[in-house]
Amino acid sequence: MRRLFGVAVVAALAVALAFLALPVAALFVDVGPGELLDSLDDQASLDALALSLEVTAIALAIIVVVGTPVAWGLATRRFRGRAVVVTVLELPLVLPPAVAGIALLAAFGPDGLLGDALDSAGVQLVFQTAGVVIALVFVASPFYLRQAQAAFEALDPALLEASRTLGAGEGRTFARVACPVAFPSLLAGAALAWGRALGEFGATLIFAGSLQGVTQTAPLAIFAGFATDFAGALALSVVLVAVSAAILLGIRLVARARPAL
Amino acid sequence: MSLSVAAATRLGALELDVTVDVPAGRCLALAGPSGAGKTSVLRVVAGLLRPARGRVRCGDDVWLDTERRVWRDPDARRCGYLFQDYALFPHLSAWRNVAYPLRGLSRGQRRRRALALLERFGVADLADARVGRLSGGERQRVALARTVARDPDVLLLDEPLSALDARTRAAAGRELRAVLGGASVPSLLVTHDFAEAALLGDEIAIVDGGRVLQQGSASELAASPASGFIADFTGAVVLTGTAAPGPDGLTAVALDGGGTVVSTDRREGRVAATVYPWEIALAPPDAEVAGSAQNRLVGTVGSMTAIGNRLRLTVEAGQPVLVEITAAAERTMGLTEGDRVAAVWKASATRLVDT
Repeated sequence: MRRLFGVAVVAALAVALAFLALPVAALFVDVGPGELLDSLDDQASLDALALSLEVTAIALAIIVVVGTPVAWGLATRRFRGRAVVVTVLELPLVLPPAVAGIALLAAFGPDGLLGDALDSAGVQLVFQTAGVVIALVFVASPFYLRQAQAAFEALDPALLEASRTLGAGEGRTFARVACPVAFPSLLAGAALAWGRALGEFGATLIFAGSLQGVTQTAPLAIFAGFATDFAGALALSVVLVAVSAAILLGIRLVARARPAL
Repeated sequence: MSLSVAAATRLGALELDVTVDVPAGRCLALAGPSGAGKTSVLRVVAGLLRPARGRVRCGDDVWLDTERRVWRDPDARRCGYLFQDYALFPHLSAWRNVAYPLRGLSRGQRRRRALALLERFGVADLADARVGRLSGGERQRVALARTVARDPDVLLLDEPLSALDARTRAAAGRELRAVLGGASVPSLLVTHDFAEAALLGDEIAIVDGGRVLQQGSASELAASPASGFIADFTGAVVLTGTAAPGPDGLTAVALDGGGTVVSTDRREGRVAATVYPWEIALAPPDAEVAGSAQNRLVGTVGSMTAIGNRLRLTVEAGQPVLVEITAAAERTMGLTEGDRVAAVWKASATRLVDT
């Protein structure tokens, strides 16, 4: 019996690996080096790639700066309605991207809840790069919040208490003990959120549109190219995969470069 | 300045209700089994636990007074709290751990002070080591240096030796005793080990079920324990039974499970007869009884453990009797487990206390 289960585990692993790796491998097989170079000459592809890196970086910065204290608060405080707050914050995880886009339009669009207020403040989001950032923050932040909250909850409470008895207030304890000790987990959460933002498609398309150089991120450019220029779309996909893998690998290395805790 | 603590609060199934006072320069050891509420007292003093009712005063400073709605945050209380597992910050080197509480100084000044503190505890050479690489004894010294770094008004030590292996513990205990002896502030120490409490505390408060059962010096507690529980905790053999007046003005105790012992203490009814293991000698099971003032329980030899030049063994005689004899005495008798033997001790070494 025991042997059988071991064989089953190995078999399942092999199937999962083959299934998940095959499409990615196929991308690289289908694109020759020539096509890859050609596609990098294509202005629309380059614009889309640059825009993707720019908006995901901005969105990630917003998520981390605002989300880290939020996660800390949720991890360290017990209050009435906490379960509701956590559920609301995690809701974008389960929303279909198209629904997220519609919801953003209903809130921040010209005819939305805050449309007039934003308009009179001179803020334009729809068909603007800022709109893409809004969409990315909306769909990607729960990934970071969840992970960061779990990371803070997993901290040894004695470390935080020691910091307090050593004269540090809550803010200093958060900055000098909680964040550094939880850093590897926070980094993993940021990587998850960044991956989700980089692949974002539906909400961006509906809320911000697909204007080359303004709101057309790499996934949108791939979708736009797929009907007219399959080879180009394929090449851009390969580049996107390579960039994603490079960034994830970089994060891994940064996390590992920190001495073992 | 002295420390005065009163705390009453419900903690799960435990009803904590403790009042203790510690004069400046003295160390009170809170000793008792785990789950007795000892650590909760430290947490109330440090501000890590807010009791339903309570008062904490350190010198003229009031840190907590639930009646007058006074509450000071833990970072404003100046407690030196040594945590059970030391709670060293894993992302900082040893000297940065020690420098953590030092504020308002330049980096150079902080490092110099931290090095001086590490030097005081004999671990200056580990200043740049990551704390994850340190041994238990080294961690304890770094943690102590950090605990005293900002000249606390109170020292709180939670099981300071329990994270150490047996070999390190003896040396660390002697060092800690020297530190506590040199401290001018009141200290509260928590331990589940009576010997540790006796070594480190000027006084011992026995805590169980959230209450202080008895407080006194180690020798007072050992000489006149208030109950069988406390006698047992101080390391005595505790035999339960029913006491009645006996021959020669002694009290005879009919033991549960058979046998009788006599004591010079006068009591009647349900009692715990207590005697220290080193007051008991072993004799052949059929030897003459020396007199009526001699106790004698015959049983079989149970487990035997050698501790240095001593031997600890239990005699199963209705109730187990722990006996501690010299290894030399054991050699002359040539005991093995299962032998029949008599445990013998004086009536005057037998204390009768509440069960």
